[in-house]
Formats: sequence, structure tokens, C-alpha cells
Amino acid sequence: MSQYRPMTEEELRERVRKLKAEYNPDRVDMFTFRGAQYDHGLAWVHFPEGYGGLGINPKMQAIVADELRKGVETVYDDLAINPIGIGMGAPTLMTYGSDELKRALLRKCFTGEEIWCQLFSEPGAGSDVAGLATRAVRDGDDWVVNGQKVWTTLAHVAKWGLLVARTNPDVPKHEGLSYFLLDMHSPGVEVRPLYQITGEAEFNEVFLNDVRIPHRYMLGQEGQGWQVAITTLMNERTALGGGSTQKGGGPIQVLMQLWNARPPKRHAPAEAAVLRDRITRLYIESELLRLTALRARAMMRAGNPGPEGSVGKLAQAELYKKIWECGMDVLGEEALVYEPGYALRRPAHEERRDKVLLAKYQFLRSRANSIEGGTSEIMRNILGERVLGLPGEPRTDKGIPWKDIPRGG
Amino acid sequence: MDFAFTPEHEELRQTVRRFLQDRSDEATVRRLMVTEEGFDRATWAQLAEQLGLTALIVPEEFGGSGLGPVELAITMEEMGRTLFCAPYFSTAVLATSVLREAASDAARQELLPAIAAGKKIVAVAWAESPGIWEPADVRLKAQHGRRGWTLTGEKTAVIDGQTADEILVVARTREGLSLFRVSGSADGLQREALPTLDLTRKLARVRFQKTPAECIAASADVEAQLQRAFLLGLVALAAEQAGGAQQCLDMSTQHAKTRWQFGRPIGSFQAIKHRCADMLVAVEFAKSAAYHAAFRAAEGDAGELDAAARMAKSYCSDAFFQVANDTIQVHGGMGFTWEHPAHLYFKRAKSSALLFGDPVHHRDKLAAIIGV
Repeated sequence: MSQYRPMTEEELRERVRKLKAEYNPDRVDMFTFRGAQYDHGLAWVHFPEGYGGLGINPKMQAIVADELRKGVETVYDDLAINPIGIGMGAPTLMTYGSDELKRALLRKCFTGEEIWCQLFSEPGAGSDVAGLATRAVRDGDDWVVNGQKVWTTLAHVAKWGLLVARTNPDVPKHEGLSYFLLDMHSPGVEVRPLYQITGEAEFNEVFLNDVRIPHRYMLGQEGQGWQVAITTLMNERTALGGGSTQKGGGPIQVLMQLWNARPPKRHAPAEAAVLRDRITRLYIESELLRLTALRARAMMRAGNPGPEGSVGKLAQAELYKKIWECGMDVLGEEALVYEPGYALRRPAHEERRDKVLLAKYQFLRSRANSIEGGTSEIMRNILGERVLGLPGEPRTDKGIPWKDIPRGG
Repeated sequence: MDFAFTPEHEELRQTVRRFLQDRSDEATVRRLMVTEEGFDRATWAQLAEQLGLTALIVPEEFGGSGLGPVELAITMEEMGRTLFCAPYFSTAVLATSVLREAASDAARQELLPAIAAGKKIVAVAWAESPGIWEPADVRLKAQHGRRGWTLTGEKTAVIDGQTADEILVVARTREGLSLFRVSGSADGLQREALPTLDLTRKLARVRFQKTPAECIAASADVEAQLQRAFLLGLVALAAEQAGGAQQCLDMSTQHAKTRWQFGRPIGSFQAIKHRCADMLVAVEFAKSAAYHAAFRAAEGDAGELDAAARMAKSYCSDAFFQVANDTIQVHGGMGFTWEHPAHLYFKRAKSSALLFGDPVHHRDKLAAIIGV
């Protein structure tokens, strides 16, 4: 990729050391440190200078992460701070946003001062995102938005929302969409918690009643919303399917720790053997998920992106569900008792250090793995059609104006 | 570095693939699999002389190419794709690996150049009960008498044992595990070709009755050396399985694109498409497992290899079987016929899964390594 300017690993490391010398992450607060990291071009190294980057190869971000870890206790996890803003919003904004928007938003996105959420799904449009019904109508310099979104992670704390809305119902569904950045504090935005199977409300319903969005907050052109949304979704799936980067790390590590903390006293030898084989299978699949992601990266580097990368999201979702199911079986009757008051609260996204609590929580939470960010069925369609080249299903909505497509109740 | 295939690796893959397209097409496989020898001597000679593949992992000092596990995995993967009928696995992989790791210099001097040149078929007699393959499980006794060593006992699942010019026998002496060499024409040697599920890989039962044998390795390290050879065999087999699985997936997607029912290609139905997508995940994971094991073997770290090889054999066995099974299903009634190649892969998949210890066996060993 010749558009990236060269920089040696040592120069980059030196830059990180300089940052840490001026702003010791153990001594300054998160916003200050991450703000300085952004100003030093170390937030997204492949972004241009002045936008949190240095215009160098994105591979080198790993060097920054490595150097940041050295000799300090405080290490920030981007995706824990602002998963949607950093993982999906920033790359979309970088590709389609105006300079004015980039300057106004990228820094606070990276520091975590402003949390982002994603307003794509609707009660009537889940996997079929392009079928969404939220309307945006032009009124002078503004767009006036009405509709309802759902499954909106972090909406209750978000300052900015990535919104796709229908600006033209008279053309086929993919052509009539536009993409906006919505200030979640605008009048007419109402966020209601949506309690989940875990008893928590990480998700929300968002009601949009005559919400006004200035035209300059549109990303891409009018009617180009689907292409912009694809950028967001591709970044989402990349963020979602590579497993742990560490050998034996991630969920399988927790499962093995649970197993080893409970010598198979409760089980007859034959039962223990069955569980042990199940755990070993899951260990193998976890390793292969990790190794397949490494292989995908090697192929990318060699300039031959193959199917290795696209299997990750599907494989990870199905694997994680199996791991946490097995966790419950390892815990046995201990798993019947949940922590008091687990039902109906809003999570503060605290870390769950207690392995038993984590396993019980994840057993429920991981049900969403095969639904969020593209269901396993959608992922199989994508693998079948885009990787294996199998023919698409006959579509009854192709070429038909959105307003004429039949919709269920 | 993981998975860094070089341009030379890609070239090797293309060379092997082109050769096999020519020499191991379906009609040839079907013709050879019902013969007693199970392979074509002229093709074997070409494989040795033109491609140098029998010399692949033979050290250079013994007339070989001195290449390693990664090149071997690439070759085996391609052979697995076409169910290549030849004593390659027995001779160029197992026997070569056993000789390289364990045998005396004299034995290497005599056998490795002959193997490299494609002049000798050499089998390894190891398992005594079906599916029991670890070096520690060997019980067959070797006795030393006035006229040297003799072997008495029985070995099973000896790959190409029926046709081999020489047989390398893993046996036990009072001192421990040792390696012996027996000529194919030795007295007291009885070889019986076994009727096998997988027609494309020949297995024999071999009986020894005071059969004269030459001891070619007897040091205290033999068990560890044989273990390394065995693990390399697992890596090669896993790569072969990954290749077979890829071929099954290719056949299935091809069929799903061209077979029409209810007015549309069957691959447009989610029932078929999703099955193919699951096959793809299994194939990609199988490749990751096999390549990872091959690169670990090339690094020569025994501990890492033990885990990686068992992981690969276990996963690739299950994946190949699943994919071969799904291939029959995707092909419908046609997939159940003798005329269609699906059953050949299906049978190879089950046989390979059970050969060298089944997936449960290797997961049991792996569990101990990773502390489960």
C-alpha cells in the first residue's frame, strides 16, 4: 500500500515513549492521556496527521499497543472504552465525513469523552437492515426524522448515534437510504432500556419524534446510506470475529480454570471423561479460531485475502455459545444460583473478575453472539454467496420501490 | 512466523497439483484401487525421477532434497485432494521419518538413498491392535539367538505391507523399544492383504515366526525418536485430510451451482447453502490446524509439536468426515452411488480418522498436555 508514508518501528516506539514520558498514564486521567495519545498521532496510526494518526501502515498499530504496555499499570482497551465509536464510527467518519466533522468528533470519540451508538436495527428490520422504515424528510437546512430503532447498545450513555434513515421511499430499498450522525441529546430522542435475557439493559429502544438533524451531519451523499452502512458493518464484523489473540486466552481460558478449580469429584469417572473431552474439543476450536485469524492476516499481508477472514464471525459466535454452555455443565448445580438482584438492572460495564459469575452471566449473554452483528444465518448466506459463489435466493423485493414491498405486522 | 508460505512453496504446490491432475484422475484411482498392488509403478518412477517427491524429506547427505514438514504437508494435502494411489505415505513419509529419526547410520546409508530414488517401497509395522499406535503400546518381542535377532508376533494395519520390499518393525527387547529391519522375502514372514473399507489405501496384516531381522536402532532414545517420527506422520496425515476435505467442498459447491430443482439451483436454498458454509468453516479450520502443526514440526520444538500434531489429527479427522458426509447429502441420491466419487472420500475420511489413533485418543493426550 504505497499511500502510507514510511516510518521505522524504532521511530514509532520512540514516539510512544515520548508520549508516556510527557503524560504518564498512571498519573494522568484517561481523557488527558488518550487526548495526548490522539495528538501524538497514536490513536489510529493509519489516519492522516491531525486526525489522530501519522499516515503510516495500519499494521504498525500493534507496535504502539506493545510499547504502550511497557512499564505502566494503566493500559486502556479501546473497545471497552467506546466500542462502537472506535471500532466502527471512526473508520466510517474517516471515509465519509467532512473535515469539519472529523475535527469536531474524532478526538472525543477516541478519548471516550463521547460514547457512540449505532441506530440501524428496527422492530421491522433486523437482518434485513435495508428494509428499515425510519423516515428523514428534508426541511430547509435540516432533516426531520421519525421512527423507532431497537437493540441499540449503549444508547443510554451515547452522545452520538450512527443513524440510517429512509430519505426516499419511492425507489428500491437500498437506494433510498441516507446516513446521518445524530446528536443523541437532540430534542425528540427518547431512549428506553430494553431488558434482556441477562436481566440487564445494555440495549435500548430509541424513539425518534420530529428530531432535527442539520444537513451537514449527513455522511456520504443523499441516497448513498447503504454504501456508508456497509463500511460500518464490515468494520463491525472484523471487530467481532477473531477470537482471542493469545494462545489459550479468552473464554476457553475461563472454562479451563473453572474445570481445574473443580476436580471432577462431583462426577463419576465416565462423566468426567465426557466433560473433559468436550472441553478439549472446545480448546481445539478456540485455538483454530485464533490460528485462522492469524492465517487470514498472513494472507492479507501477502496480498491474497482469502476466505480465512470471513469465517471468523460465524465460527466465533457458535463456539462461544458452546463454551459457556459447557461452563454451566462444569458448574453443575452451583449454576442454579445466580447473584442476588441480577434481574433488571443497567450495567455499568464493570469487569467481571469472578470466574463463576462471569460464566453464569456469559451463558445468558452469549445467546446474542449468533444474532448481533449479523445472525449466523446471514453469515452463512454471505459465506455461501460471496466466498463459495453459490447463487442468491430469488428475491421478491428486487427493483421494487420500498413503499410497495409487502411488510408483516 | 506462522503460515508464511514462500513462493517456492506455492510453486511446489502447483507442480504437485499438475502432476496429480494428470496421473491421479478419478478413472486412474478407480482402476488402481482394485488391483492387488494398488499403484502404478511407472507413475511412481516419474514421481521419484521427475518430481523428486520420494526424496522430499530425505536428508541431502543421503541423496534427498532435505526439505521439511511444511513441504511435506503441501504435498500430502494435494495427494489427499485426488486420493492419490501410491505407497507415498508408507515409504516417503513414515519409513523415511522413522529412519531419519531413529535408525543407525548404516541403515540410513542403505535405505534412504534407495527410497529417495524411488527404488524401494518400505513399510512400517507398528500397531498390534487396530487403533493402538503410540510407541509405548508396542509389545511384539524380539529375541537374540545364535544367528542374530528374530521377531515373533503380529502387526496389523501395516500400510502397503503387502507390497513393501522391506519392513521396518517396531519391537521390544529386554532393553526397551527397538527398531528392526526385515526383508520382504525373509523366512517366517507372512503377509496378508486386508480387505479394507478404504480401497485407495492398502493395509496388510504381517505375521512374524522367528523371522530373521536386523536391529537398526536400540538406544535408550529410540522411544522418543519414534515418537517424533509418529508425530510427523500425524502432521502429514492431517494435511492429507485437509486436502480431501477441500476437494469434497469443491465438489459440493460445484454440484450446488449446477443442479436445478424447483426451478432454481439447489445452492440458492439456504438448507444447502448453509450446509456448504459450515463445510467451509470446517475446511478452513482444518487447514489452519494442519499448517500450524507443519510449521511447529519444522521448528523442531518437541513440546509444541506434540500438542499441535494431536490437535491437527483430531480436528482434521472430524472435519474431513463431516465434510465428506455432507458431500454425500448435498449430492442426494447420486452421492450414494458407486459411480460418484463421494463414497471414495467418505471411506478415506473414516479410515484416516481411525488410523494412528482416533480423535478421542488424541484429545485425551492433548488434554493432559494443556492441563484439562
